[in-house]
Amino acid sequence: MKIKSINIIVDGTSMSVEQGSTVLQAARQFGIHIPTICYMENLSPYGGCRICVVEISNGDGRAFLDTSCTYEVKEGMVVQTQSQRVIRARKMLAELLVASAPNVKIAQDIAARMGLLKVRFKMEDNRCILCGLCIRMCYEQMNGNALGFSGRGVGRKVSMPFEKRPETCRLCRGCDYVCPAMIIPCQGIKEPGELCGKCTRFEEMANCCQTGTFGCFCEKNPL
Amino acid sequence: MRKVKSISDLEKWKKYIISKQKQYEMVVSVCGGTGCSAYGCQNVKEAFQRELRRKKIGEKVALKYTGCPGFCEKGPLVTIHPQNIFYQRVKAEDVPLIISETVQNGRRVDQLLFEDPVLHKKIASSQDIPFYRAQMRLLLRNNDLIDPTLIEDYVALGGYQSLAKALFYMKPEEIIEEIKASCLKGRGGAGYPTGKKWENCRKAPGEAKYVICNCDEGDPGAFMDRSLLEGNPHSILEGMLIGAYAIGANQGFVYVRQEYPLAHKNAEIAIKQARRTGFLGKNILSSGFDFDVETAKGGGAFVCGESTALIASIEGKVGEPRSKQIHTVTQGLWGKPTNLNNVETWANVPLIIQRGSKWFSSIGTEKSKGTKIFSLVGKVKNTGLVEVPMGITLKEIIFDIGGGPQNGKRIKAVQTGGPSGGCIPASLFDLPVDFDSLKQVGSMMGSGGMIVMDEGTCMVDVAKYFVNFLKEESCGKCLSCREGLKRMGEILNGITEGEGNGESLELLEELAQVVADTSLCGLGKTAPNPVLSALRYFRSEFEDHIQRKKCPAAVCTHLIQFSISEENCTGCGACKKVCPTQAITGEKKQIHSIRNEICSKCGSCKDICKANAVMVQ
Amino acid sequence: MDFRHVDTIIGKHQEKRTALISILHDIQNRYNHLPEEALRRVALRLQMDPNDIYGVATFYKSFSLTSRGKHSITLCLGTACHVRRGPKILTEISRQLNVKPGQTTKDNMFYLQVVNCLGVCAIGPVMVVDGEYYGEVNSIKAKRIIDKLNKKRGRVNS
Repeated sequence: MKIKSINIIVDGTSMSVEQGSTVLQAARQFGIHIPTICYMENLSPYGGCRICVVEISNGDGRAFLDTSCTYEVKEGMVVQTQSQRVIRARKMLAELLVASAPNVKIAQDIAARMGLLKVRFKMEDNRCILCGLCIRMCYEQMNGNALGFSGRGVGRKVSMPFEKRPETCRLCRGCDYVCPAMIIPCQGIKEPGELCGKCTRFEEMANCCQTGTFGCFCEKNPL
Repeated sequence: MRKVKSISDLEKWKKYIISKQKQYEMVVSVCGGTGCSAYGCQNVKEAFQRELRRKKIGEKVALKYTGCPGFCEKGPLVTIHPQNIFYQRVKAEDVPLIISETVQNGRRVDQLLFEDPVLHKKIASSQDIPFYRAQMRLLLRNNDLIDPTLIEDYVALGGYQSLAKALFYMKPEEIIEEIKASCLKGRGGAGYPTGKKWENCRKAPGEAKYVICNCDEGDPGAFMDRSLLEGNPHSILEGMLIGAYAIGANQGFVYVRQEYPLAHKNAEIAIKQARRTGFLGKNILSSGFDFDVETAKGGGAFVCGESTALIASIEGKVGEPRSKQIHTVTQGLWGKPTNLNNVETWANVPLIIQRGSKWFSSIGTEKSKGTKIFSLVGKVKNTGLVEVPMGITLKEIIFDIGGGPQNGKRIKAVQTGGPSGGCIPASLFDLPVDFDSLKQVGSMMGSGGMIVMDEGTCMVDVAKYFVNFLKEESCGKCLSCREGLKRMGEILNGITEGEGNGESLELLEELAQVVADTSLCGLGKTAPNPVLSALRYFRSEFEDHIQRKKCPAAVCTHLIQFSISEENCTGCGACKKVCPTQAITGEKKQIHSIRNEICSKCGSCKDICKANAVMVQ
Repeated sequence: MDFRHVDTIIGKHQEKRTALISILHDIQNRYNHLPEEALRRVALRLQMDPNDIYGVATFYKSFSLTSRGKHSITLCLGTACHVRRGPKILTEISRQLNVKPGQTTKDNMFYLQVVNCLGVCAIGPVMVVDGEYYGEVNSIKAKRIIDKLNKKRGRVNS
């Protein structure tokens, strides 16, 4: 069976990719880096964090921004991953993210990558960045079917149904595993050459989830 | 009601209904729309029922509880046919007089007639009232003749004749060509060519297809769709039937927002009656065409007016939009080709089929054909629904039809297009209203909401209002919209509270641009429009708030102060009685004063003061 | 919970997923809010994931998972009502009843909510109390309407 090839141009480089690929997959194939937060290989793409936006032109004259993780390649499309418009957008998105969640590592990483030194918004301290990776991991890989989004807008959060752990949750910890916001505070070296071992034990994680977002394993959520 | 199984059945039934209607010498139409309901039209209707019974003239005088004729400011509205006498602000107590004078003796009750504010003349017929005279009421023309809960009324006026013509005298492709030739464009705001949409849906691969009517009408200030669906639901069903036949769909949905209970109820009644009479179901009019329709309710989410979110809502999910890389006409409801159109768009279809695309395209401008219904509201004398040919200027709508400013204040701007649109300053009121002209100045025609603003409206407050509205309605999926609108709201709140600084506006504009560029759906993409247009035309108001900490329109609570003028105060004490924080001091017949430290700035004192002594600055 | 009423409502809508929101409205009309057990029952009968039904119940603003007051007061905050000083009325009602929008008063009498446009814009500002519409309302009129309801219940005016 012949697999159809689509020809596109990314950052001036012509490339031929399999039909059905996304722009992100095409870029990665050819070593072009696009930052992502809510994308993870082997989980369905979500397009919520908007960090992976690129400038796309489909030949009808109008260029627009869309998320490379969800946008499927089209014959003849021209993509720019570092145009002025894209950089401006990424910088502002990074600023919004780090103002909302400054203690979340991935937010710090993206802000640092974009060279952000100032935040012009009032700082908050959210620990969940609503990337949805935990939900997709739970459903698509672990068959736990235990997590979902609830609420709307700024009140949106990750919850278990009716804020109670359902029977289908097997405490597999897949959600913790993929969460980009999980911080396991390192307590430093105890004995020469010996690690405290906190990252191997999930017991003492009081700092990770100040809002008690969902069923991770700290004293706030005794599951 | 009878089962209609063919075109000749329909003809016969129509003749029968008309002959039965001839027994009535007069028809009294009482508007039963939601607007008039707030003013007690239910009591007026019951008063008529009692009086007609008491005078034993119920057999000669028909009483109809109709849909909204659009002049809501003057409700409750009563029209007497065939004389076409239009009574406004009717109360239950007026009914015996109307019956004895007008119905029984052909005389007019002058105090209930509309009075021209300039000539001070009483006008009897609605066609002569300036509000109506300049309108071209094609879609709303039957609203005061039809009882929406009686399919017979619709049939008597020619209802379902277009459907018969389409099913028996036209092929599906011909219908699509006709709609294309009419240049009908979507009335929901986006203005996409309807014929092309239908064609794309017809061409999409797949057996099962759907048509949807979008009555989510979330734009605050807009109520055109409510009146159409409440007042003439069969016109929409007929449009959907014709569209479904052209596209090859056999199932349809009418999605009504939860805040429109009467529209939902009337749509359900119309569907039930259409099923009973054979206009919905299997083998309609013996044509071989099957089609049925269901209503679906909204749950209180503006975002569900967006087509992909609406479809998700019908599927029983949260109203989260998805990327439009694949259009809904190819993959929509349950992944099947779906044609979604606005209420007003569907309502135009039977007219076009009946009178032809040539007639339709003779109305309007080159690129914007047909009429458009606007809801003219806000600081203008005559508020209500206005149906006019496209190309009419803003000035004509606001001044000739709307009657100009309320309270003698100067009109400053008009907001069009709801939260996706922008404000247009008075200096640009010579612009024609159509799909393109308003876009060029930073706004858009949108679904038809037109909110008039005067000197007493603060444009910073309006920008803040729209951003906060969208922030509340955002689904929350994408970072740009969820966080971006939140921060834009913070900046605008700060400006209205006197906390803006030199960088506020620059940051606001920078943020607005990114939200527009990177949001996933139309809500986020167009969210910055009201802010950017307010900055474009009223930047000085923003600067007043930031630099001088003043609100020129005297609206922003943190920046204003109430005081009582010594010259005008009569010492009546009315203000003292209504002040909720007891901030007013003063003895009877003595000049009163307001203690600013505890004043809550509610404005009740200003509302109640008959001497006009309360000042705000 | 006796599931007969919930089952009847579901049956009335022929167990259709497209009628989910209507089903939830009917349940809310009966119980004055959406009880968890009722929602779980609906999920079971409609073969829905509990996560999805919890998501829907918390997404749409017209639903409440906690018990609401006897009388509902809905204030429209659409643009037309806004330029006619709707927000000032909200401030006053909030103050009078000592409650924020989306909340019920302590004595469980009043449930205050705001809506982003009721579609009766021509006669704004608009207030709906227990299904009855009031047009061209101002702070004084609003206070009077609420006072009337209070007096009817024989409650001492605050």
